[in-house]
Amino acid sequence: MSEPRNVEPAAEASRVTATLRVNGEDHTVVFPVHHTLLEVLREGCGLTGTKHGCELGECGACAVLLDGRPVLSCLVLAAEAAGHEVETVEGLQEGNRLHPLQAAFADLGAAQCGYCTPGILMTAKALLAQNPEPTAEEIEEALAGNLCRCTGYRKIVQAVAWAAAILRGEEERPPEEAFLGSPLPEVRR
Amino acid sequence: MARRVFGEPVRRREDPRLLTGRALFVDDVELPGMLHVAFVRSSFAHGRLNGVDAAAARARPGVVAVITAEDLGSYWQAGPLLVPPPPIEGIVFHQRTQVILARDKVRHAGEPIAAVVAESRYLAEDAAAEIYADVDPLEPVVDLERALAPGAPRVHDDLGSNLAAHVRQSKGDYAAARRRARRVVGRRFTYDHGAAAAMENRGIVARWDGREEQLTVWDTTQAPIPIRNGLARMLGLAESQVRVIAPFIGGGFGPKIMMFYPEEMLLPWLARHLGRPVKWIEDRAENFFATSQERSQIHDAELAVDGEGRILGVRDRFLHDSGAYDPYGLTVPINSQCTLLGPYRVPNYDSEFKAVFTNKTIVTPYRGAGRQHGVFVMERLLDLAARELGLDPVEIRRRNYIPPEDFPHHHGLIYQDFSELVYDSGNYEPALDQAVEMIGWRRFKEEEQPRARRDGRQLGIGVVSYVEGTGIGPYEGARVTVETSGTVSVTTGVGTQGQGHFTSFAQVVAEQLGVDLDRVRVVTGDTGEFHWGTGTFASRGAVVAGNACHAAAAAVRDKILKLASELLEASAEDLELAEGEVRVRGVPGSAITLGELAAKANPLRGAVRPGTEPGLEATTYFGPARGATASGVHAMIVEVDPETLMVKILRYVVVHDCGTVINPLILEGQIVGGVAQGIGNAFYEQLVYDGEGQLLNASFMDYLLPTASDVPPVETGHVVTPSPLNPLGIKGAGEAGAIPTGPLFAQAVEDALRGAGLGLEQLEILEIPLSPNRLFELTEALRQGGGS
Ligand code: FES
Ligand code: FES
Repeated sequence: MSEPRNVEPAAEASRVTATLRVNGEDHTVVFPVHHTLLEVLREGCGLTGTKHGCELGECGACAVLLDGRPVLSCLVLAAEAAGHEVETVEGLQEGNRLHPLQAAFADLGAAQCGYCTPGILMTAKALLAQNPEPTAEEIEEALAGNLCRCTGYRKIVQAVAWAAAILRGEEERPPEEAFLGSPLPEVRR
Repeated sequence: MARRVFGEPVRRREDPRLLTGRALFVDDVELPGMLHVAFVRSSFAHGRLNGVDAAAARARPGVVAVITAEDLGSYWQAGPLLVPPPPIEGIVFHQRTQVILARDKVRHAGEPIAAVVAESRYLAEDAAAEIYADVDPLEPVVDLERALAPGAPRVHDDLGSNLAAHVRQSKGDYAAARRRARRVVGRRFTYDHGAAAAMENRGIVARWDGREEQLTVWDTTQAPIPIRNGLARMLGLAESQVRVIAPFIGGGFGPKIMMFYPEEMLLPWLARHLGRPVKWIEDRAENFFATSQERSQIHDAELAVDGEGRILGVRDRFLHDSGAYDPYGLTVPINSQCTLLGPYRVPNYDSEFKAVFTNKTIVTPYRGAGRQHGVFVMERLLDLAARELGLDPVEIRRRNYIPPEDFPHHHGLIYQDFSELVYDSGNYEPALDQAVEMIGWRRFKEEEQPRARRDGRQLGIGVVSYVEGTGIGPYEGARVTVETSGTVSVTTGVGTQGQGHFTSFAQVVAEQLGVDLDRVRVVTGDTGEFHWGTGTFASRGAVVAGNACHAAAAAVRDKILKLASELLEASAEDLELAEGEVRVRGVPGSAITLGELAAKANPLRGAVRPGTEPGLEATTYFGPARGATASGVHAMIVEVDPETLMVKILRYVVVHDCGTVINPLILEGQIVGGVAQGIGNAFYEQLVYDGEGQLLNASFMDYLLPTASDVPPVETGHVVTPSPLNPLGIKGAGEAGAIPTGPLFAQAVEDALRGAGLGLEQLEILEIPLSPNRLFELTEALRQGGGS
């Protein structure tokens, strides 16, 4: 086996320096030209909230917003994102306040392992910007490219619909059972 | 009195971190000087490995090392046997566990042959592509039956055949029962499970600190403590020199409990050997090839019933696909064997299985862990018998349930936890009644189905029941500490993969100590914090670790009361714990906070009296004598399009009994998530291997997971029979949702298509998974007047 040796830091393909505008802040980063937005967000900007489940455009875990549109960051070259507004899950919260989507996810238990959640939150945010009053089917359709293996999606769809109502300034709430689970029988212990 | 928290649907404590992107997952660990690892994997399912030529790869810039089996020297080894064979009379078991890197043979496509360590993942992968593995392909062992035929090629040359295990368990006298039977129904059933496909692939980061002589490993494992213990042994380190952290894990479902994966043995060794941190993150294709999965069993089974449809006995012979190695012992097929009995009284049972080595990825538990296979066989047999006797599916189940007075119910078999299969408690009929009521069984049969048929729509209904052995031993532990700030720390060894443990454990402790949930901090899955325990599997986290937390909190409560009664000069019975204080009941102004008490319990001057311990802290273990048996009934209504054979689920009802409920919101999440995986298993997902042992659909483009539009709303109901085996009365719930969906699907689809005047009166669905294609084949065969 080859002995460990010190090598020159990666003589990889040529590197570029670019300024990415992420969540309203400029990040000037140096990266090999072929690196994806996903990689540069996570490794260059240290924004590891964006996840990946395939890096082939098949799972939606890496979804972020580019000028408000959802894109799969594993399929976008970072260099292409320069000069555009990138939004990631880290930018959702306003100060200490959760975004209504985040709050609805928490209240309804729409995240389990939470690995798919950042991608879903961002995709949902784009949906609500474009369609403030989506039906359940429209939500399902918008999320068709976001796989979740834990939740069975129902809570997610409910949470997105509820967040939409909150953002519209409406009072409507999902049925109590959505918050409480179905009623438990009384048991003597 | 503080607000009750135990049993309440409180919000999950982990969510703020998860929802804002702050939660740490393994791939988020970034260390200075970290190197990246890529693997060269076998492209053949079976072959003789003559050598590995890595010269070109080693010469590439940025490549730090290339490791083959030879380079490992004496560290080259086969992984440990995780679960030894249970003590069953006459059992045959051949242990063949996976090796770190293949040496003379490759036994499944995707088996690691060499590892490249480089300055970046790109460099490592590019170099890996330049490594040439000289393999002479051998005829692969793929088909289960052919694998056992004389003269079949052998996966392990040193064994006489591909038989991995042979187990027979029986009770009563099946042959005699069969002679008495009014009807005997027998069929061949195939049940194929699939890939767990957690959204997060596996990953490992390892760092050796030469100054501290300390190894730290971040691992996407469901079992950090056994990993630590095993690594210490393999690397010749003290256990205290190894810290394994399972941070947030992006879904486990079983395959992440498998150990040791070759990568798990190699990365820590590399870190130590190279003196630099190393990282390997699996990609999705590797996850399909190299992460364990569940697959097929073929059952030849028959059921003997009397004229009333009462079960006289069951006989089953089945083959189980082990894959290339069997590190997880016989957990999966034993689960199938035992869970087949379901909630039913089965006086005579004769079950025999052969586990078979094949040139495919290793099979270890995936949510349900073989239970599905057994439940499918039994539920289908009941449906077939009911049809012959003119009973409806509800009635035949009702007639065979173990009655509530018959618990604990002894089955006289050995279960996966090596103890006798005994159901601790249960009450099955109310669950059936509730499910039938919720789904509107009678109304459907009398009105909706006929009406739909008149309109040319084919609707069908189904109902199935199941049990699930959960919460098995050996034990878990927990440490509860009241800190001087008044914060309560709870530390336990089990890791968490999305089950909400941070919340349920906090609820258990907060309830005992009368503190607000916000004051409870839960730490899981870090051996540096707690290092006794086994792991999160077999739906046991809440049961076993939950009860350990409960016991530790109760011990701390005693300490609190003892100290407070001295300080407040009141007897312990007059004290109450609430809102983070202890006070004398009915005496305003008598309170002392838990933080103050904690400070007094750990004084800086004076002496701690003999026989007392400093601080308000306790570490306690809980080990159940055996598993607690959860149960349930699922019902569904489907619509089948007779042209396209697409199946749409219109209603899905789950009535479930997992004993006492800690948090109904979390429970519901577990059930619905399980149902979604069950639906995937029944109708979307199948790992397709060709005759060469190649997996043909190793991507999410080809292996279809259910998406948001595929999972219907799930209506849930509960029955609660607390388990007598633990003080909290809880049973596990992690796998139940996924277990009975296959037979339910089959029953409902049959119901939709038979009797619809489509010439499908003879339709029998004896296999899972289905797909529109497969349904088309089955129905075409009947329409052609054939039969399948
Ligand atoms: S990681 Fe981008 S779609 Fe899966
Ligand atoms: S919450 Fe785990 S994948 Fe969606």
